[in-house]
Amino acid sequence: MNSPDLTRSAVPFWNDPDKRAVVYQILALGMVGLLGYYLFSNTLANLERQSIATGFGFMDKEAAFEIGESPIPYSAAHTYARALLVGVLNTLKVSFIGIIFTVLLGTFVGIARLSGNWLLAKLSGIYIEVLQDIPVLLQLFFWYTIFYEILPSPRQAVSPFAGVFLSNRGLVFAVPHYHPVYALMGIAFLAAWAGVFLLRKWARRRQERTGRLFPVIRVSLLMVLGLPIGVWIVGGAPLSMSVPALTGFNFKGGMNISPEFAALLLGLVLYTSAFVAEIVRAGIQSVSHGQTEAAMAIGLRPGQILNLVILPQALRVIIPPLTSQMLNLTKNSSLAVAIGYPDFVSVANTTINQTGQAIEGVALIMIVYLCFSLLTSLFMNWYNKKMALVER
Amino acid sequence: MKGFKIGLGALAILLMAISGGMAGETLDAVRAKGFVQVGVNQGLFGFGMADENGTWRGLDVDTGRAIAAAVFGDANKVKFTPLTAVQRFTAVQSGEVDVLCRNATRTLSRDTALGLDFGHVNYYDGQGFLITRKLGVKSAKELDGATVCVLPGTTTELNVADFFRSNNMQWKPVVIESTPELNKAFFAGRCDCLTSDISQLAGIRAVAPNPGEYMILPEVISKEPLSPAVRHGDSEWRDIVDYTVLALINAEELGINSKNVDQMLKSNDPKVQRFLGVTPGNGKALGLDEKWAYNIVKQVGNYGEVFDRNVGPDTALGLARGLNALWTDGGLMYSPPFK
Amino acid sequence: MEKEKSILSDESNIRPPATQVGVLGWTKKNLFDGPWNTALTLLILFFLWKVIPPLINWFFIESRWASTSAECYAADGACWSIITYNIRFIIFGLFPPHLQWRPLTAMLLLAGMLFYSRDRRHWGKGLGYAWAVALFVMGLLMKGGLFGLAPVESTQWSGLPLTLMLSVFGMVAAYPLGVMLALGRRSRMPAIKSLSVVYIEMIRGVPLISLLFMSSVMFPLFLPEGITINKILRAQVAIILFTAAYIAEVVRGGLQAISRGQYEAAESLGLNYYQQMRLIILPQALKIVIPPTVGILISAFKDTSLVVIIALYDLLKTTQSVLSNPKWMGFSAEAYIFIALIYFICCYAMASYSRRLERELGANT
Repeated sequence: MNSPDLTRSAVPFWNDPDKRAVVYQILALGMVGLLGYYLFSNTLANLERQSIATGFGFMDKEAAFEIGESPIPYSAAHTYARALLVGVLNTLKVSFIGIIFTVLLGTFVGIARLSGNWLLAKLSGIYIEVLQDIPVLLQLFFWYTIFYEILPSPRQAVSPFAGVFLSNRGLVFAVPHYHPVYALMGIAFLAAWAGVFLLRKWARRRQERTGRLFPVIRVSLLMVLGLPIGVWIVGGAPLSMSVPALTGFNFKGGMNISPEFAALLLGLVLYTSAFVAEIVRAGIQSVSHGQTEAAMAIGLRPGQILNLVILPQALRVIIPPLTSQMLNLTKNSSLAVAIGYPDFVSVANTTINQTGQAIEGVALIMIVYLCFSLLTSLFMNWYNKKMALVER
Repeated sequence: MKGFKIGLGALAILLMAISGGMAGETLDAVRAKGFVQVGVNQGLFGFGMADENGTWRGLDVDTGRAIAAAVFGDANKVKFTPLTAVQRFTAVQSGEVDVLCRNATRTLSRDTALGLDFGHVNYYDGQGFLITRKLGVKSAKELDGATVCVLPGTTTELNVADFFRSNNMQWKPVVIESTPELNKAFFAGRCDCLTSDISQLAGIRAVAPNPGEYMILPEVISKEPLSPAVRHGDSEWRDIVDYTVLALINAEELGINSKNVDQMLKSNDPKVQRFLGVTPGNGKALGLDEKWAYNIVKQVGNYGEVFDRNVGPDTALGLARGLNALWTDGGLMYSPPFK
Repeated sequence: MEKEKSILSDESNIRPPATQVGVLGWTKKNLFDGPWNTALTLLILFFLWKVIPPLINWFFIESRWASTSAECYAADGACWSIITYNIRFIIFGLFPPHLQWRPLTAMLLLAGMLFYSRDRRHWGKGLGYAWAVALFVMGLLMKGGLFGLAPVESTQWSGLPLTLMLSVFGMVAAYPLGVMLALGRRSRMPAIKSLSVVYIEMIRGVPLISLLFMSSVMFPLFLPEGITINKILRAQVAIILFTAAYIAEVVRGGLQAISRGQYEAAESLGLNYYQQMRLIILPQALKIVIPPTVGILISAFKDTSLVVIIALYDLLKTTQSVLSNPKWMGFSAEAYIFIALIYFICCYAMASYSRRLERELGANT
């Protein structure tokens, strides 16, 4: 910058990029370290001076608060650790179901957006534009309020079908009583999927060898549905149902979907599916028209064109942003706290309140979500590798 | 370079926005900034709520004003910070507010593990249930299977869990953090009953679209001594908050109120003379002006006046004194001697 | 369609059949192309016929626009009176009523500045300074305390002005931070690179609400005794930190899209790192990423609504407090639709502007 001295040896060390880089890095690390130390020491001093409890000792204590819905047995007598676990499971539950519905709905709307039918394409366009541009929290509040303001009380519950009741306590419907056969059916279901996997491999090899196609999808469907049903019939076809009945204040028996869960699911699915639809549309459009024409030219049927030519190429474009939308949905499920669904953030929030240990609570929230993200990016890496291998 | 300048500018703005430090004792800091920062409820009728002109009103708010009157001789040198249930204790711990008057229940764990010190109770409350008359329930023991609206993170949430557990009853909580949202859900019929401190239930019932449809069940399932809270470790400031509440009570015991306080200055009763600072001593002991108690009573009133103004029979809440009556009237309000 | 004309024109008196062109042709091609498509169209039309008329009825015909709540309860349709009656509180919230011209002026100023900046010909240094002045004036109008303006406590900032303030200041501050982080992530210095990567990935891995919780319940404990930062600023910082990480990722995409030749050419000219970035790389990279950046800004705008959860009185919160007034309970749908419309208009304007810009920039390069 200052001297026009060109010989390397004469360059003063502050003008040597390598040495300067070292200095910069030390400075940056030092600053971050100092800031961290400053905040950390302040925190420690604050906690100590006011004798605020620290550490995760509270995890083994009795939580003493009740949680509205839980996939595992939980009562107020359980520990904080279990309460937090219930929160994690509730988050996973709503995210998992939400992702499935989002992908289905998003794909449908995305394809509809490209439809030759003008009305359908326009309606999908409006759907995408409107739902994308309204904050998801507002949508959640909207659905939740609609649910409890419009639906009747349990005593006046609407019953569209026998055994199904809709009220402001949620949707209650009949489910079969537990029977050992159901567990076997579950195993049969998993076995069927494993069979499908092997079948696909075999069919592919056979096609490569002989060129003959095997109706994989139809046979797979038959296996996945047929095997559990077969087990059910063999097991004596147990049919006793747990039918919900109004006793006292609420329905007893059957399965209950609470308005909080329903509102959260609906809000998240509608919001995220609008983004997924855009991704699917972009993915399909990314496959050039020449590909379709070439596929037609070699005599493939429309279904085959979609299955064998367009989808495999479009998926490569679709999957990465789709994964990040799935992660977004999981992160947005934390807004459950605003409408009273006991997700992880909501339970952690209560824990912060009851124990007064804000730092541990917020740290837990961050760690859990970071784990979700980490798992997702691991999956992404695996998927990208797999895709790279398939490419020839 | 440009980025550096922008960064520097941002830092400068940040530093400007950081409010002035208040090192050392809370009292000095409060004196230095010229007002008391009081944490209050976001919106709880009768305890802490801003009216349509933005003026804060309520029993807790008046307690805060009394502290300002004691410290500055001016009940208006006070600023209010509305806080949610989650935020309230951190706000005290961090010094964001000097004192928390937000219908907080004094409990052992809050006194110890939360780094708080509680002053004297300014309202004795208990938890109950608000239900719709249509349900035909007459006692809390009949609530088996009910869906209950409850604020998360409060002692209420724990008490109600204890209550149902000890009575072997099933229940389902609906927890929504904001009080107004929770009330809305209850009025819309999302829950069968709403549980909270009885004073609050009276307030919620008072603002219901149709108050006649709701009733408070007779059972009181917990003790809720509501007290102002300060940070742990500053006894001087704690004493001031403590004795401000006690001064309100003591004034009522001595029969001093905002109207007769000037005549009472001429009283011959040595207790009154000591209380009002005619005989000096109390003020100096607390590190305050000798007129501190006089200023409280003159500008805010005595406990009875504060009670009647905010929650008493003539207000929308219409609460009776009950436990909050003076000990001479069968209540729990009892002040140590001011000497 | 006119017969004489087509006969007179010598070029094309053989016209396509009426079913191939014009309204009919269009309808046939786009709505009734084959049995499947026809069935679909009829299905949709049936659905619309079932849904739209009752909706219009609820929205307009049976609705009440300026009535008391009691009249609303009696009516069948929508109760827009909740908006007209409470519009002041929904928009301005707790701001002192006699001073509300100030946030109103600030918002008009913001709208004016945005409108002026829309045209790319106005972009330049002057506009940058104008924005700096405008932002300062907006801040001044909100806070007061100078030039004889009565000071207004930050606890009274609420409603739409607060929403806009959180978004505008959030975007303005997050952008440079995001660019710096992106440069840091692309840096050859391992320490700087890993710091940036850790920051970006950490922030992107957690929901915004956890950062807001951190700012509201955890951060006060980080500061030395006696120092406090006001609630709005803490939330603002959380939003900035969050948005910056997302901007960083977008800008990084732009940096990666610049060919190596550009870097090498800049280096061979003897430019140092800052000159390279400022004069050669960033102008190109930032231009490429304008559309995705606008996308990030749109989500930042929508995300400001999350401050409701930490009890800041933004647009959503003021609406909710109107709804918790027993007089107006039960008209949530109307109130939420109204503010959804406000959010929609803002986001849609930004999105369509970004699309226009994308076209223009695409045409230029």
